[in-house]
Amino acid sequence: MRVIAIFKRVLREMLRDKRTLALMFLAPLFILTLMYFLFNTSSDSIAKIGVSNVDTTVVKAIKNKHVTLHHYSVQATAKDKVREDNLAAFIKQKDGKLTVTYQNSQPGDSALVRQALQGGLTKIKVQALAAATQTQKKALQQQAQVLKTLMAQQQKMAAAQGARGTAGANLAPQSQKAQVQAPTNYQVTSHYLYGSSDSTFFDTFLPILLGFFVFFFVFLISGISLLNERTTGTLTRLLATPIRRGEIITGYLMGYGLFALVQTVITVTFALTVFQIHMIGSVWLILLINFLLALVALSMGIFVSTFANSEFQMMQFIPILVIPQVFFSGLIPVDQMANWLQWIAHIFPLYYGGNALMNVATRGVGFSGIAFELGILVLFAALFTILNVVGMKRYRRV
Amino acid sequence: MVTNTIDVRDVAKKFGDNPVLKQVSLQLPVGQIMGLIGPSGAGKTTLVKAILGMEKIDAGTTTVLGTAMPNRKIMQRIGYMAQSDALYENLTARENIRFFAELMSVPKSQLAAAITHAAQVVNLNDALDRRVSAYSGGMKRRLSLAIALVQDPELLILDEPTVGIDPELRQQIWAELYQLKAQGKSVLVTTHVMDEAEHCDYLMLIREGIALAQGTPQQLEQDYAVPTIEQVFLKAGRLQDESHSDL
Repeated sequence: MRVIAIFKRVLREMLRDKRTLALMFLAPLFILTLMYFLFNTSSDSIAKIGVSNVDTTVVKAIKNKHVTLHHYSVQATAKDKVREDNLAAFIKQKDGKLTVTYQNSQPGDSALVRQALQGGLTKIKVQALAAATQTQKKALQQQAQVLKTLMAQQQKMAAAQGARGTAGANLAPQSQKAQVQAPTNYQVTSHYLYGSSDSTFFDTFLPILLGFFVFFFVFLISGISLLNERTTGTLTRLLATPIRRGEIITGYLMGYGLFALVQTVITVTFALTVFQIHMIGSVWLILLINFLLALVALSMGIFVSTFANSEFQMMQFIPILVIPQVFFSGLIPVDQMANWLQWIAHIFPLYYGGNALMNVATRGVGFSGIAFELGILVLFAALFTILNVVGMKRYRRV
Repeated sequence: MVTNTIDVRDVAKKFGDNPVLKQVSLQLPVGQIMGLIGPSGAGKTTLVKAILGMEKIDAGTTTVLGTAMPNRKIMQRIGYMAQSDALYENLTARENIRFFAELMSVPKSQLAAAITHAAQVVNLNDALDRRVSAYSGGMKRRLSLAIALVQDPELLILDEPTVGIDPELRQQIWAELYQLKAQGKSVLVTTHVMDEAEHCDYLMLIREGIALAQGTPQQLEQDYAVPTIEQVFLKAGRLQDESHSDL
């Protein structure tokens, strides 16, 4: 009964605070939309390349839809032109050697230029190779012709001299056959185990982002809310009623848990319908993981708020407790980190949450596959909840 | 049969090295109004919290309604009004009262009537559906009192209930306290307004964590041979300071 009273009060207070509500429900959508466009338009960017005295074959080969080429005179110097015209790179040819100067203030552009250059040079090599085979072929055909006439002459001579020269005449046609064989043309067909050919960075990391949003906002809002409860004296007042300490925490968990759930549903629906994200696994599992993450964030936020005396001090926990979790949430592959960093990763709840979310969303793993991660999250939530209940003894001894 | 609603014996409390309460004893008989008077920083609020079981005490015992404190269940029978208004500003007054009434396990069927009655006592009926953030200081004080009254408790513990409340309403509140007393309820009220002290059945003077004097207002005035409680207070303080300088 008292739990319900706390639960209803948390809901009511939250619904009254329109701005916080908007932050919780709209901010994730705003950030997602921004990220969607940021990560999807990066492939459309075009790098400007300046060329000076470069052979037309090379220029033609380098050209693709990701670069534009600007021609400069022989005297143009790379440094000046790159600065003046904001070129991504400047290519100069001298004595058959290509010198490339990169601006390199945007690694993405440099990469595009390197790609174009490499692609172009490979193209030229292949063309040269093809041309070489062509000329070889011609030369061989000419030789064969010569041989034929020679053989015809020999045959005539042989006819005159009898059947002596047959052995030598058999050799030539055989070698000719071997040379003409066409190079194999490889056809590549790709299959994707997870996602499809148009899976983007965004697709892969969306599930982790969802988990992060839930964690971050619930952590902040619940922590500040309990802090307010403490600083305005309502917490002391609450404990002057027969309520159990556990009932307060449970009411909070229920109230903010519900908001976290609604937030997840909104963001997941938004991502699935508006951006047509590929989600292989069960949406229910995604919701479950996010709910557990919310519980961890909630109990952690409440616990941490004990050590803050103002909202500002609560904010100071973000760089210490929230930002590091982002690094270990799976956005950066944890198994490629240094050993000691991998160990650190294991102390962060978001590491388990991110893992589970990735497994479900991009690999379609079922409940049993993420049971371990879910179990750890439950343990985290339980640990902090117990700490909170015990910590409240400061306000009332029973 | 419980004769004393509150029975505090030899309670001592230190905050760090600073003693706030030294060997304080207090008995509040059933159906009486007791005033706890003393300057700010005297230890009134600490004593109140010790009685409620919300402050850990270093020595002594506190018993409320025949039960040793701290005790969670007893809280239901105590109406407590804290010194600072602890209200949810985003909620309306009605929602605030209802919330605490629910925590105090007021039956659902009596909820509406209890809220109306409590609001009536403090004259807030017209403003019940306004948000607390729009309330004046005095209105918040009255709302806090209404919350303390809502579950019809046997014991009321009011920490500075009349701060920021105009004289007319103050009279109204005291009339209500008398009425509660007539119903056999006990009241412990802290104050530093001396003319309010005259309204109490019993008084306890507390200063620097020491209970200087206890008794009915008339008794105290006689003992100190002065005409008003204010002068009792001043004289007791002087005597305390003198005994200090003697040491």
